[in-house]
Amino acid sequence: MTYRTSTVLLTIGAALATFMDFLMIAAIMGHLPTLDGWSLPEVGLLYGIAGVAFGITDMCVGNLDLLPRQIRDGTFDVVLVRPVGSLFQVLAMEFGVRRVGKVLQSGAVLAISLTRLHVAWTGPKVAMLAVAPVTASLIFGSVWVIAISQVFWTVDTGEVANSFTYGGSFLTSYPISIFSGWLRDLLAFVIPMAFVSYYPALFILGRPDPLGLPAFTPLLTPLVALAMLGVAGLIWRTGVRHYRGTGS
Amino acid sequence: MNGTILADGLSKHFSRHRRAGLLRRWRTTVRAVDGITFRVEPGEMVGYIGPNGAGKSTTVKMLTGILFPSGGTARVAGLDPARQRVALARRIGVVFGQRRQLWWDLPLGTSFELLRHVYRVPEPRFRANLATFVELLELGPFLDTPVRQLSLGQVMRGELTAALLHDPEVVFLDEPTIGLDVESKARALDFLSALNRERGTTVMMTTHDVADLERMCPRMLIIDSGRLIFDGPVADIKRFGVERTLVVDLEAPRPALWVEGVDDVRVDGRRQWLQFRRDQVSAPDLIARVASAAAVVDLTVEETPIEEIIRRIYREGMEGLTA
Repeated sequence: MTYRTSTVLLTIGAALATFMDFLMIAAIMGHLPTLDGWSLPEVGLLYGIAGVAFGITDMCVGNLDLLPRQIRDGTFDVVLVRPVGSLFQVLAMEFGVRRVGKVLQSGAVLAISLTRLHVAWTGPKVAMLAVAPVTASLIFGSVWVIAISQVFWTVDTGEVANSFTYGGSFLTSYPISIFSGWLRDLLAFVIPMAFVSYYPALFILGRPDPLGLPAFTPLLTPLVALAMLGVAGLIWRTGVRHYRGTGS
Repeated sequence: MNGTILADGLSKHFSRHRRAGLLRRWRTTVRAVDGITFRVEPGEMVGYIGPNGAGKSTTVKMLTGILFPSGGTARVAGLDPARQRVALARRIGVVFGQRRQLWWDLPLGTSFELLRHVYRVPEPRFRANLATFVELLELGPFLDTPVRQLSLGQVMRGELTAALLHDPEVVFLDEPTIGLDVESKARALDFLSALNRERGTTVMMTTHDVADLERMCPRMLIIDSGRLIFDGPVADIKRFGVERTLVVDLEAPRPALWVEGVDDVRVDGRRQWLQFRRDQVSAPDLIARVASAAAVVDLTVEETPIEEIIRRIYREGMEGLTA
């Protein structure tokens, strides 16, 4: 591996940077005993699930960042003359060093929070804890694919997509109920960020939903993840069709 | 092998929006390719030429399935490129002169291995092809070098190999020689000729450098403003070159030899260039007149360079030449 040193430095850097995120949450909570009724370890659970998922997503589909450049300089044409799916090629066929630090650091926050929580563990709760990082990664990944697909129409730099990817990471690190209004509803349910960490955490903690949705809502998480995957695939395909119509 | 390329009334129109004032926008339609029809037989090697913006690349993009046509039909190796893009991708090779398909940070040989998986080339076939190309294109010394450290000529040889490892029936090359030095260019073109001759691969190559095609493509398609204006053997184009030049070396410097039938004269020391029209005066007559007027040491007759003829076709159209 040619870039061993830079990989190590990047990993440490990413871990430190994301650790600062959590310090900030901890600092806020140093002044407030609870955040909308959530204790620090409870927020840690939320943050941990979202962080691990964000890290996994970044490792798996982070290459989507390359799409705007590939469209502008025409290398996306090369993707289209190969006998493999275009999304797979964009994701897998360039090699970038991806951050492992975020997963490690968020995993640590998650582990520490779990030891300090008094959860009456049941089978379904353990299952939810195991499944949540996977479904959360699928939701994040789908949102990233959908967000970046706009470059098929706009041929821009994809900066707008960043507000969805990093914005999603921010939003899912806090209890959704502290936000308010139509923007929250849009982000939580239309772009179903509430299913990344909020509903799985509610279920594990055995909390009622302050937003008043039925008790089975957290169990919809896998369905929401699969639906998002389908929508993302559809939008990507539509985008590629549009590109093949205009070639711009 | 069914390496036929068919285009029947193939067209591509693009809509362009132009801003006019604050809110109003004009929509204009650009006819990049405007109803092109031709047929390339299996094992043929054709050159596709035209000035910049004539529609060459757009045509290739439609034939390779990258772009949907706005009208007409295309058929390559028996498949509809727009609707059977992935199936077609296994049977064609594409080389873009200005777009790299090799992986920049990987050694050349590793790129080839990856492509073996992408195209699912059987291992023995892959080894045999790679050995052939490594020998013909002399890739051996830099197979382990990351692509980013290779020279442009080396990268192009790698690109050619990458496009051919899966035994395509048809190969499209879009400006493959752009930026190459004379030596690299000759090597790449000779390689393509050999491939076409020995494997019967259909080759369609776009370029704006006509000299490339003159040496290797017996048939030429010329496109201008989205329309096909010539389809025929290179020899037919040469026939349009009625202007010839008699170059004479004299014993001693002399003033310009304005003998009968000469249209223009250039003098440089003992050498003179006499321009004449083939249809007005024959070369032997002219040579006799020059020899009687001055002591000639040596002489040659030069045809109009094919680039010059084609430049005139772009400028005046075919009618200007046949008249």
